[in-house]
Amino acid sequence: MSRQANRGTESKKMYWYLPFISPSASLHLMNSELFTLTYGALVTQLCKDYENDEDVNKQLDKMGYNIGVRLIEDFLARSNVGRCHDFRETADVIAKVAFKMYLGITPSVTNWSPAGDEFSLILENNPLVDFVELPDNHSGLIYSNLLCGVLRGALEMVQMAIDVKFIQDILKGDNVTEIRLKFIKRIEENLPAGEE
Amino acid sequence: MVVFSVYVVNKAGGLVYQYDNYSPRNDVEKTFSYPLDLVLKVHDERVVVSFGQRDGIKVGYAVLSINGFDVNGRYMADNRDVLEYLNTSFNYPLAIRFGRPRLTSNEKLMLASMFHSLFAIGSQLSPEPGSSGIEVLETDTFKLHCFQTLTGIKFIVLADPRQAGIDSLLRKIYEIYSDFALKNPFYSLEMPIRCDLFEQNLKVALEIAEKAGTFGAGS
Repeated sequence: MSRQANRGTESKKMYWYLPFISPSASLHLMNSELFTLTYGALVTQLCKDYENDEDVNKQLDKMGYNIGVRLIEDFLARSNVGRCHDFRETADVIAKVAFKMYLGITPSVTNWSPAGDEFSLILENNPLVDFVELPDNHSGLIYSNLLCGVLRGALEMVQMAIDVKFIQDILKGDNVTEIRLKFIKRIEENLPAGEE
Repeated sequence: MVVFSVYVVNKAGGLVYQYDNYSPRNDVEKTFSYPLDLVLKVHDERVVVSFGQRDGIKVGYAVLSINGFDVNGRYMADNRDVLEYLNTSFNYPLAIRFGRPRLTSNEKLMLASMFHSLFAIGSQLSPEPGSSGIEVLETDTFKLHCFQTLTGIKFIVLADPRQAGIDSLLRKIYEIYSDFALKNPFYSLEMPIRCDLFEQNLKVALEIAEKAGTFGAGS
């Protein structure tokens, strides 16, 4: 869809959220290509290192998780959002604040389950896949699986166990990229003192 | 206006970082003749004044050195017992230095985990539901400010009671922590923070807060 449109255009810069006083404040505008190319290099290296796509997916998820558990503190320290008291609030914060802040995009939130414990993030353009064409021998590869790990890790640190997976992917011929988030439980034992 | 020290406590109540920014030195050195007119006792492996406060030597002060030689707990450098030495008349006159003993790193760890528990108990005991736990603890000589993040990390600042702007300082420390501890790939989560950049930036933030705090809007 919009993938073709933004390929090769010169407006490839996205606004990275950076704090007002940051050691890297001079880098307010960072070329997103550096990021997508680095990610591409990572994925191709993993594809070389592992025999099957399943293992690559697992590694990407694991790396994402490790990023997420650290990224959440950065997010909370800078965004000033409070605790979410329901999953809808969480969905809003993820889509409107977090994705905006770190990837410069605002996915739409749809397909709520009747119980309100599941929703989808629809990414019209995923900055990670700007130049990617999935080869036939990697049909099992979930290219942007890192994002799932990031979401899972970050939400775990605010005491929410969730399940995240891609159910549609532009790279696989779908119209949009869809990430499905399912709430599993509150991690009560990690709840900080003073929270109900 | 001063900030005395900063503590960072992890989710489990373990101290992961501690920094003493300013500690008032109030050591007193005085020459005594026999008999010593202070009541001393051994407490926690230290010789402390238990009665007979005088000349700025207060109850609770420990013997830090005798005749310029540092005292090691309740023993002298040559392993003689301090109390015995002070009770021997022919050693006098003696110059004894008294002062409030510094907290050892072990004691700081204990204090941090104790505060972690008190914080939890405090929020349970609160008559008001949904209490946030201890945010401020005020005494005559200092004020303790605690900020707990949504993930459960506590940032604690001990400051002069008149120091303003501590709330924004705590937020700033959270930012510095997320920048220079968490973004350092070689820092493992929940472990003690030994990052020079973290410390440097923390010191800068403390300086700024101290300067601004005198006429700040209040915390």
